[in-house]
Amino acid sequence: MAIVEGATPNGPDRAARHSAGGLQRAGARPGAAAIVSTWVTTVDHKQIGILYTLTTLVFLVIGGVEAMAIRWQLWSPDGTKIGPDAFNQLFTMHGTTMVFFVVMPMLIGFANYLVPLMIGARDMAFPRLNAFSYWLFLFGGLLTYFSFLAGGAPNVGWFAYAPLTEYAFSRDHSTDYWILGLLVSGIGTLAGAINLVVTILTMRCPGMSLGKVPLFVWMMLFDALLLVIALPPLTAALAMLLMDRGLGAHFFDTQAGGSALLWQHLFWFFGHPEVYVMALPAFGIISEVVPVFSRKVIFGYESVAAATVGIGFISMGVWAHHMFTVGMSNTLDAIFSGATFLIAVPTGIKIFNWIATIYGGRVRFDTPMLFALGFLAMFLMGGLTGIMLAAVPVDWQVSDTYFVVGHFHYVLFGGSLFAMMSAFYYWFPKVTGRMMSERLGRWHFALMLIGFNLTFFPMHIAGLLGMPRRIYTYSADRGWTYWNQLSTIGAMLLGVAFAIFFWNLFVSYRRGKPAGDDPWDAWTLEWATTSPPAHYNFEKIPVVRSRRPLWDLKHPEDPDWDHE
Amino acid sequence: MSQSIQSPASAAPDTRHGAGLRADLGPADRVRVGMITFLISEAAFFSTLLMAYIMYMGQPMPGPTPAEVLKLPLAVAGTICLLLSSVTVHMAAGALRGARMGAFYLTLAVTIALGAAFLVLTAMEWRELIFEHRLTISRNLFGTTYFTLVGFHAIHVTVGVILLTVMFALAKARQVTQANHDPFEVVSWYWHFVDTVWIAVFTLVYLVGR
Repeated sequence: MAIVEGATPNGPDRAARHSAGGLQRAGARPGAAAIVSTWVTTVDHKQIGILYTLTTLVFLVIGGVEAMAIRWQLWSPDGTKIGPDAFNQLFTMHGTTMVFFVVMPMLIGFANYLVPLMIGARDMAFPRLNAFSYWLFLFGGLLTYFSFLAGGAPNVGWFAYAPLTEYAFSRDHSTDYWILGLLVSGIGTLAGAINLVVTILTMRCPGMSLGKVPLFVWMMLFDALLLVIALPPLTAALAMLLMDRGLGAHFFDTQAGGSALLWQHLFWFFGHPEVYVMALPAFGIISEVVPVFSRKVIFGYESVAAATVGIGFISMGVWAHHMFTVGMSNTLDAIFSGATFLIAVPTGIKIFNWIATIYGGRVRFDTPMLFALGFLAMFLMGGLTGIMLAAVPVDWQVSDTYFVVGHFHYVLFGGSLFAMMSAFYYWFPKVTGRMMSERLGRWHFALMLIGFNLTFFPMHIAGLLGMPRRIYTYSADRGWTYWNQLSTIGAMLLGVAFAIFFWNLFVSYRRGKPAGDDPWDAWTLEWATTSPPAHYNFEKIPVVRSRRPLWDLKHPEDPDWDHE
Repeated sequence: MSQSIQSPASAAPDTRHGAGLRADLGPADRVRVGMITFLISEAAFFSTLLMAYIMYMGQPMPGPTPAEVLKLPLAVAGTICLLLSSVTVHMAAGALRGARMGAFYLTLAVTIALGAAFLVLTAMEWRELIFEHRLTISRNLFGTTYFTLVGFHAIHVTVGVILLTVMFALAKARQVTQANHDPFEVVSWYWHFVDTVWIAVFTLVYLVGR
């Protein structure tokens, strides 16, 4: 059942065609050197996407181990398992790793693999720039981690507030490694974002107007635009900090008239759009998975798309809600509080769209859908605590407590990471040609959902009881012990859940059930070609007439374009 | 199902709602959209540096202050160089599109010379600031913000001069031609952008901030 002419799965030259097209093991096995050379020199968007994903999985393990070490230290009051210095390094590196070297690049990796396939293109707009982006990301990560060998990892927190980062207070080189690592990977991310914008705007196949792109593609467009606008201020701020430390400049040097507040403004002007940079692709994944597994068209395509634009714009104007406690004027507090309430509206619209898509559908509870449902519930909770934090008095009470830690883990872990897990189970068959194990997937989902809530829900309570974030220990009489122990047990459960996930990836890649081209009976173009796709993706560039080209093909009697 | 996604049933693209409009987009459009997106990011970058300059402008600090050390003549001369170079690079782009190669090489060479002259003027100004007034990046907040803002702009001018020189060489090697003028077109956009940033820097540093 070849959906695209010529891209027949059993053609005689299949092995040759796939030698550069994914994780396919070719018939004649090339030597290790040849394989390494292929992957190092590749400019193919699918291979680069796979490189991104595998690299971020390695960083995910590292960041996860750091998190478990943090929880181990906090198991008992007056803990001495790790000690304060290593603890500072652990929470700094955990946050930096998860934001800059796991969630953001993994989503860019998914986009790299999927966007050209979804828009019916053969590659990204600038394939060599694409490879350049990946290698800068990798070397930025390695540079940051090299600090462990060079005398100690960064220990100033992932948002690195001044003046702690000034040379007077951080005299070793760990902060310099942090700056340089983020600068290098940031330039790579910017190049990748520009590449995505150009690809989506100029490479769509005939018939695919911007109003017909899959929502994942639409959201990646705005995601990339957010990066284009929000990353350069971080680059500028990092350059300023580097000059403060290396050349004796005074941007953030409070003793010479510099302003610690300027760093906060610049960092969060990047930092809050960054939250949506990590959330929008997750929304895109959910907008692809939920309709397919509910067997319905997405409810309100236009309103989901419009809400994305709304989130993009508003997210540029909410950054100072991270700074309510530094003593801004009441006017500024009110403006940023109001903007933050406002951004809940388009986000809420999307939640309603997804629920309305599920409502009345013939829902299939395969693992991708389980994770998508998990996303809906967990992200909703993170969003609700976000609205609580947008109220200035509440924020004054709980800012820099574990309540905030609980909140943003519900958004980034319960939100982005659940969606990314959904994406793994959904697109793994396309990338490898094999299904992931449903049995292991269900165990993974159940343990992750329980472990996640066990880890992060008690943090809200510990925070309301007054436990500040980033303390390396606490005394027994504060009443925090019980909640911390629940969190630690949950973290260990999460470790088990991820072990199952990695085992599932490994065994399914080796001996998973063959997937075929279109195992989920889906509707977007990536399912029209073989699994894994040939390196040129489509033998003939497809022509589309609706938002669900594969539906039209499978149901010529009732095509979508009659209804759109 | 033996149909393909290119089958006749769906071959005629829907022309309502502007569908199929992108059929005439090609590699040239990629380069253009790419440069515009890149320049948006550059605008965000320089906006950040300008904001930092504004934030510390007029704050009490140990000298030297802008009023004491900044001299208008050199800066005005540099500004004239850059403004003229925007005109000449525009003429060069027009000459290339019209395949008037003689005019193209002349106006491009003048553009490169004007860009280099701006850099020389900046170097002269910096020499005076550093060696006569002892104003360095670590002396005070003015030095910090001035050298950062003007320095990052000068780096961009330097990159622009290199790009224009590469374009000159590529044109000599018949790689950039009338038929393939888009690379030069987008480099000229970059050059206009760098000149625009200088207008903002000049206004802020030499007119408002002095």
